[in-house]
Amino acid sequence: MIGLEHYLGVAAVLFVTGIFGIFVNRKNVIIILMSIELILLSVNINLVAFSAFSGDLVGQVFALFVLTVAAAEASIGLAILVVFFRNRGSIDVADVNMLKG
Amino acid sequence: MTSMDFSTVLPEVLLSLYAMAALIGGVCLGKDKVAPFISWLTVAILVLFAALVGLQSGSRVAFGGLFIEDAFSRFAKVLILLSAAGVLAMSADYQERRNLMRFEYPILITLAVVGMMMMVSAGNLMSLYIGLELQSLALYVVAALRRDSTRSSEAGLKYFVLGALSSGILLYGAALTYGFTGTTDFAGIMTTVTTENLPLGVLFGMVFLIIGLAFKVSAVPFHMWTPDVYEGSPSSVTAFFATAPKVAAMALLARLLMDAFGMVPDQWGQIIALLSVVSILGGAIAAIGQMNIKRLMAYSSITHMGFALLGLTAGTAQGVAAMLLYMSVYVAMNIGMFAFILSMERDGQPITDIRSLHMLAKRGPMRAWALLILLFSLAGVPPMVGFWAKFSVLLAAVQAGYVWAAVFAVIGSGIAAFYYLRIVYFMYFGTEEEEGIDKRIAPAQRVLLIASAVIMLAGSVNLFGIEGMAQMAAAALVN
Repeated sequence: MIGLEHYLGVAAVLFVTGIFGIFVNRKNVIIILMSIELILLSVNINLVAFSAFSGDLVGQVFALFVLTVAAAEASIGLAILVVFFRNRGSIDVADVNMLKG
Repeated sequence: MTSMDFSTVLPEVLLSLYAMAALIGGVCLGKDKVAPFISWLTVAILVLFAALVGLQSGSRVAFGGLFIEDAFSRFAKVLILLSAAGVLAMSADYQERRNLMRFEYPILITLAVVGMMMMVSAGNLMSLYIGLELQSLALYVVAALRRDSTRSSEAGLKYFVLGALSSGILLYGAALTYGFTGTTDFAGIMTTVTTENLPLGVLFGMVFLIIGLAFKVSAVPFHMWTPDVYEGSPSSVTAFFATAPKVAAMALLARLLMDAFGMVPDQWGQIIALLSVVSILGGAIAAIGQMNIKRLMAYSSITHMGFALLGLTAGTAQGVAAMLLYMSVYVAMNIGMFAFILSMERDGQPITDIRSLHMLAKRGPMRAWALLILLFSLAGVPPMVGFWAKFSVLLAAVQAGYVWAAVFAVIGSGIAAFYYLRIVYFMYFGTEEEEGIDKRIAPAQRVLLIASAVIMLAGSVNLFGIEGMAQMAAAALVN
């Protein structure tokens, strides 16, 4: 029987993977965008699991909001990335280094 | 859903309608040619809405607790609207001269302001998230406003990645809180979470929520994006980042801690106290080596956020009132500082090195005087208003028993005084060899700079009654 804790476990693993994807990744900014999506999806699993196991619909409504905002966020992130690529000619994480101090 | 609900959210609805109308109007009427008009129209509208919101009274709850309109949210909203209007007014000239006069800029600012108004009125984790994202998404775009500059687009990218990460962390906390309390409503969480009934899940959720918001107010150790974003964004955008979003995030944090987790102040008091002390000391120490005034202001804002958090630490009505007072003073000082920074030019080119301020006292005595007063106020030298703001925050922290935090805060403000006073030293006792900055300053910038300096001096008489309003606002939040 798959219980609530299994869902929470998967979500926690996805969340940690996403966080590590942002901080450990040294290659490509696209991977960072994917990691952000991973974090938001792990939250969605959490919300839907909580909602299903407590018989309360609010969590699923919340998950729908998160999905919508995640789409908007990804589009803005990609737009900024395109602008950055036009100026810098690269999307390597190592090249995001103009500002330092 | 009744007409009562809609009349409560009327300012937000009208402001979003205005933003959409301005967008369509701007596209149809020749895009950037109408940018100055839209810019000034937005200033007028924001001031008008500040007056409309400020004149309301009482407290109302709309959409089943999703949206709360009370004295606290009104105080924050007026502050947000006025600071956004001030920033737009002083950035018009800068953007004209830097070839940045885009009609999208005032529209994006308006949308960000709507998001912030939503944030400070949020009474539910869902409206909190939606407000926060509406604000953040608009801000990511304005950070990369200068599309042809590597620095600006890099600032936008950094801000986006860390902002999205912080939203994700906050959301994870919101999900945990929802799961273990069974509700997303602040009032519902408040009745469920008590000292006797505090599941580990809720504690984790609360910590994640605080971390997410700490990113937004740029408290150490979640501040790493601030200096880069402040430096890379166009100065007019930096001025906006340093004012309104900070007020909104601070007010949101206060609402969350007081309204949702108000029954367990001991649990979050220590966390906020630690964040506050580390921010004050970290911001003060890191700013010492900075010669770029925008990076300097970034670290300065980190220190100031530390002080505002110190007010929140207390967890009392007095502490929240001190925090609100501190934020109002902070915004007034920063508007003045950035009015000056926007006017810093050498041979028509913008300059951000503080060494260009050598002997400013001779070239522009009026500006040097105004800057002197502002810097003294930022450093917290009596009798400027900045001192009284710091004093009320420290008093609230001491009375709530956080003496150790107050001691560290005083030490931190002593360190911070060094880099503020160094600029004063450059202005009055610097060397003549360095090239200075141009004499030119736009009328709006001059007015805001002088007005802000005058407020810092004249306000020390009675703080213009803001203290009383802040106390009323805090009383509405803490009960």
